[in-house]
Amino acid sequence: MFHRFEDVASVRTKLADAKYLADEGIAGIVYLADRLGKPVLVEGPAGTGKTELAKCVAEVTGSRLIRLQCYEGLDESKALYEWNYKKQLLRIQTEEDSDWTEIEDDLFSEEFLLTRPLLEAIRAEDPVVLLVDEVDRLEIETEALLLEILSEYQVSIPELGTVVATQVPLVFLTSNATRELSEALKRRCLYLYIDYPDLDRERQIIESKVEGINENLADQVARIVRSVRQLDLKKHPSVSETLDWARTLVLLGIDKVDAQTATDTVNVLLKYRTDIDKAVKEFADNQDELVPEGT
Amino acid sequence: MVSLAEPTTHGGEKPLLDLLSDFIVELRRAGLPVSLTENLDAMEAVTHIPIEDREAFKYALGATLVKNHAHWKAFEVVFEVYFSLRGPEYDVIGEGDDAEGPDGEVAPGDGQQPQGGGGGMQALTPEQLAEMLFKALMNGDAAMLAALARQAVTRFAGMEPGRPVGGTYYLYRTLRNLELDDLLEQLMEASREDAPEDLTPLEERLERDEFSDRIEQLKREIEAEIRRRLVADRGVDAMAKTLRKPLPEDVDFMHASREELANLRKAIYPLTRKLAARLARKRRHGRKGALDFRSTMRHSLSYGGVPAELKFRYPRPAKPEIMVVADISGSVAAFARFTLHLVYAISNQFSKVRSYVFIDGLDEVTRFFDGVEDIGEAVHRVNTEADVVWVDGHSDYGHAFGVFWERYNRDIGPKTTVLVLGDARNNYHASQSWILKEVQQRARKVYWLDPEPRAYWDTGDSIVGEYGNHCDGVFEVRNLRQLEAFVEKLV
Repeated sequence: MFHRFEDVASVRTKLADAKYLADEGIAGIVYLADRLGKPVLVEGPAGTGKTELAKCVAEVTGSRLIRLQCYEGLDESKALYEWNYKKQLLRIQTEEDSDWTEIEDDLFSEEFLLTRPLLEAIRAEDPVVLLVDEVDRLEIETEALLLEILSEYQVSIPELGTVVATQVPLVFLTSNATRELSEALKRRCLYLYIDYPDLDRERQIIESKVEGINENLADQVARIVRSVRQLDLKKHPSVSETLDWARTLVLLGIDKVDAQTATDTVNVLLKYRTDIDKAVKEFADNQDELVPEGT
Repeated sequence: MVSLAEPTTHGGEKPLLDLLSDFIVELRRAGLPVSLTENLDAMEAVTHIPIEDREAFKYALGATLVKNHAHWKAFEVVFEVYFSLRGPEYDVIGEGDDAEGPDGEVAPGDGQQPQGGGGGMQALTPEQLAEMLFKALMNGDAAMLAALARQAVTRFAGMEPGRPVGGTYYLYRTLRNLELDDLLEQLMEASREDAPEDLTPLEERLERDEFSDRIEQLKREIEAEIRRRLVADRGVDAMAKTLRKPLPEDVDFMHASREELANLRKAIYPLTRKLAARLARKRRHGRKGALDFRSTMRHSLSYGGVPAELKFRYPRPAKPEIMVVADISGSVAAFARFTLHLVYAISNQFSKVRSYVFIDGLDEVTRFFDGVEDIGEAVHRVNTEADVVWVDGHSDYGHAFGVFWERYNRDIGPKTTVLVLGDARNNYHASQSWILKEVQQRARKVYWLDPEPRAYWDTGDSIVGEYGNHCDGVFEVRNLRQLEAFVEKLV
């Protein structure tokens, strides 16, 4: 069987080249997904790079990314395939006098099939990465749509027969865990939880993603964000928000964060009124508390 | 279909696959739902990842066996017990240990014996050791910290072979000898001196966080080391059993430790989010509304005027009104807290939520929740500010119900669902259960939630049976799982 990666370390270096800094777990699971030919279910808080992972894997393996954005009300005609009934209608009308059985055979052929992302990924001749984004937005009944594809890499179309994948695509499903996914779905996938990165990794991410940032500032940003994440907040700052904050600081020409600049720009990092108040209070509290001690 | 190549552990005493199946059995015992396919996946996965790469190995098993992040902690503990002795990490640690047991398994009681390896730390005086520890923490030298953790356990834990303990005591003893509390201040002091100029408060705060983090890491190292030795001493199965803890959703409200309560609090927010999303969906998709004539006609155009596809209006079922009456006396306070939290977090599912708390007096606490964003804060205020003591601060359901009836009976209507939370331990006061009967006649439904195990009901001063006669349902709600199930049913 054809493999995309030689070993875990190569997953890491390749992803790093694409500016995605994978930790041990992420690299190991991507490698396993390739070897076992299994889909990966990626869960974790918003903005920790779940979708980004799929994109970067597509990039480094030179595959085409096929994306299915899930939403409530998504059905098989939008996810799998649909018969182009308008074209079928035309076909019937143009040859009204010919033999019906002939027309009927003709009507349900590839020509009238509209492929949607899932079927497209299955039928692709070139290497593809299939990304099923925010799968937790699907209703529990619609989830079943995915099951056949995820375990067998095939789609059954009653009129046409079964379409089997010529090559096993890498599949990523992302979820923000707004609801528990069904057992059946989870069983078919490898499970990867992407949490907020630890200090070192976050610093490296900042350094690689934010242009023109110096080491000191990156370090400070990472450390402040870590402290903020320890507070009891409604929504903790995500990696993308951290990056936005770092970019803001660079744009403002700040190379050292103090309590004042942190307070002024914290609204880039936090999005809820109560959270911002809490963080600001935290910055200020320290001042009162620690200045006498420090001097 | 699974190629069962036989990678054995470097010790060679047990084939990996046997070990793995024991491991999975233990996971199941710990309450993790591991299916057969997942089991097979794990077995296939380990053929691709060498066991020597311990981190990758752990994630490989995790990815195939653990499909819920809340279970990860439990998995980690079991993993450590089953695979701790086998990684290369352990080889590095105990050159001294390994020399004694050729099969890589450490002889019981080894923790007691002096180690030859470990970089000659044996010869150090306690002062030198403390100094090295200080430096390692200062510089964030992870390898050194790990080595020092091992040394500290050897010296201070005083582990006795064969004692059936979980290691908490050893941990406590080691930590006490290391005097970590003072260490943080000393580190801060040193870092202030090192800095070219005075630290700004923010920098100071960051330094502090950094050091606390390193000290936490040291603690984790020590804990892991103790566990490793206990496993070596008592064997894998015995240790796994000692360390087995309930999953967060199965923790009993009434007997949760402080740490477990903190974990519960963390678990409740994602839970409410999930619940709200699920309920909203259920509401919309539960049944169809009336025929939407206009939309049907519009869609019939694509079928040449034949109404082939019927369209319905979105259903808008009436939302229930909720009254929560909660006992917040000591024994059941945690339970009341979590239930109030949950009910308010999904309060948009109800047309109105009113809440009352009592011990022997009763107070309406709806006001604490009005227009408050932070429910946790409001619940905290309920517990500290509500006026619930009438005479002696021992639960008196009868009197509390009396007050409730007298003040609020006019507010109970046919749309109201009343939830009573409590263990019905009435301290032998009068039950006044006629009130509940009256309430039941007026309200849509009356439910009683009891955080005690069913077996304890109606024992001692519990009179839940008597009250239960006048309720539409009495439920045992001991943990988050049961609470979630009940709330879903309620809506």
